Amino acid sequence: MANELMRAETDVLVIGSGAAGMYAAIEAARGGAKVLLADRSLIGRGGATVMAQMTVAVALGAETPDHWRRHYDDTLAAGRGLCNEELARLLCEQAPDCIRAMDEWGVGWARKEGRITQAMAPGHDRPRCVYVDFLNTGPAVSKTLRTVVNRTGGIRRAGDLCVVDLLHNGGDIVGAAALHLGSGAPVIISAKATIVATGGLTRLYRRNSASANMGGDGYALALRAGASLVDMEFVQFFPIGHLAPRLIGMDPIMWDPFRYKLGGRLLNNLGEEFTERYGVIEDGKYVVTRDVGSYAIVKEVEAGRGSPHGGVYLSFQHCPEAALRAAFGPVIDRLAANGIDLTKTSVEVAPIAHYHMGGIAVDTKMQTGLPGLFAAGEAVGGANGANRLSGNAITEAFVFGRESGRRATEYAERASAVADRADNLAAALDLMAADRPVRDFNTAEMVQTLQTTMQEDVGPLRNEAKLKRALARIESLAEALGERPPGGDRGFDMRRIDWFDLRNMLLVARAVAEAALARTETRGAQQREDYPQASPEWAVNQFVELRDGRLILSKIRPRVQAEAAS
Amino acid sequence: MTEHATLTIWRGSDVKAGRWESYEVPFEPGQSVLDGLRWIRINRDPTLAIRFSCINANACKECMIKIDGETVYACTERLQPREMKLAPLSNKKLVRDLVTEIAPPAERFTGS
Repeated sequence: MANELMRAETDVLVIGSGAAGMYAAIEAARGGAKVLLADRSLIGRGGATVMAQMTVAVALGAETPDHWRRHYDDTLAAGRGLCNEELARLLCEQAPDCIRAMDEWGVGWARKEGRITQAMAPGHDRPRCVYVDFLNTGPAVSKTLRTVVNRTGGIRRAGDLCVVDLLHNGGDIVGAAALHLGSGAPVIISAKATIVATGGLTRLYRRNSASANMGGDGYALALRAGASLVDMEFVQFFPIGHLAPRLIGMDPIMWDPFRYKLGGRLLNNLGEEFTERYGVIEDGKYVVTRDVGSYAIVKEVEAGRGSPHGGVYLSFQHCPEAALRAAFGPVIDRLAANGIDLTKTSVEVAPIAHYHMGGIAVDTKMQTGLPGLFAAGEAVGGANGANRLSGNAITEAFVFGRESGRRATEYAERASAVADRADNLAAALDLMAADRPVRDFNTAEMVQTLQTTMQEDVGPLRNEAKLKRALARIESLAEALGERPPGGDRGFDMRRIDWFDLRNMLLVARAVAEAALARTETRGAQQREDYPQASPEWAVNQFVELRDGRLILSKIRPRVQAEAAS
Repeated sequence: MTEHATLTIWRGSDVKAGRWESYEVPFEPGQSVLDGLRWIRINRDPTLAIRFSCINANACKECMIKIDGETVYACTERLQPREMKLAPLSNKKLVRDLVTEIAPPAERFTGS
């Protein structure tokens, strides 16, 4: 039996190894801290970073003059009045530094005549987005950071380590309890400082654009430990995610660059262009915004004018083959390998969960309200308000990752941590104990049921009835899940892994649905059919805390910074 | 007239004491073998052990297995309307079913 307790001790524990986690680990190690970089999958290959295709926003001014204050203005405008201005400022002000560091580390930002190229993206007042070879940004970023992590002394890497709970002692976070997925063994990690860099929650939705390990674990860990979350109702949907025919070896958000270059036509099952019905005339151009696009597509489907798989059609049949090939040569071949000839057939598209604006509430030191607990990257809430400006996701991973690594190291220098004295150590060990009855229940089906519920009822278009139905479904799933995981032994016991995932996913789903139900207005990514207008009294952030098993919501005015972009 | 693929999968946690199990899964042209494996977990047997993160983009490189004797990624290998034999990698330590120890040694957690 390989279920004996394992232990580890570190100065800084980083949970998650996307761009934010890896950048945090590098910065902490450079500051002299002993680092444990843990990931539930392989190091630096899961999460959302590796899936990024294109844009990274930064006021570099390499080609067109720019200033971080202009990037900041655009970020606040996109956030519809709800950005935490201090975090948004940090994001925009520190971005050029991180982008240059990545350049020195050899990421290979696209260049023209020696200068880093910056592309125009929606919501920006000038070309501001750097990229790697158009579709290779994420893989290049991941590879570069993996290389730097490997050659930086002081970083211990640990894959297949799934954190189950943060450990606390008198309010201080002193490490974490984890399951080693490879062996099934429980692990106790003593850490002077802990950084949650677990990314977002796209796995809660049936259709999504990120990896299967993005189930919102970090939000659940923070909530259960006593930290606050913010803006949980704001899930960004990407309107034209690929739906059908089945397309493999490609990212489902791939139609975005196609629409930029070639326009394309969105059609319902009658062959009509329909966005005009929702106030936007496209006329072969890509002008419909993400919120209107998602709204229009969901409405067409509801009216019975959708495609067979529940989306709408995107057609490039009016584009000559030469034009398609000139714009996307090798990609056209990959489509052909999938049996898709854009000159003859259209594809089906539908809104997919893409990014989470909400997350763990932190200050500008990336510190949560709990001493010793920090957050970084998409796991952080607040910087992007009600809607994220395109290109800010990888940027915040770098900036918040670096800042959290720095601050966690400072904290660790004066902290001591003994996980063995944690208040919840016994409870965590008990939860992970494997010698319990094996239960015969279908956890994989439960995950799917949750994903379907979230997609249909807590998706791009919400109303009171849908949200209440979702909350009831989430509650019944939680009852079916029970308080204790099934027993088992050895590694990759899938029902046990699903159980711990569902425990997190159901809690986070509840936070999203309750925050969405409370916000009786439409703003940014929160679209309420029953409250179609923005309301001035809702120009507030909602914070979520967990107390005695109940989620407590509170409203607080957005954090403004004294010397805003003047 | 629904077409099916038959996935015959090696199951077990001990190389010397495994068994083959067959599952019929609905077949739609264009699907990947990983699509079929995910279908089995949801509709037939949630205990089937597989590992993957990115599902579709061949970015995470976790789903490497043997199909009909060839080492491939389950996410980019097409499902076919015939019997396909799926086994764990033979040159890596077996964990369970189709899951093997694929992480580089420096990334494996062993406790302090």
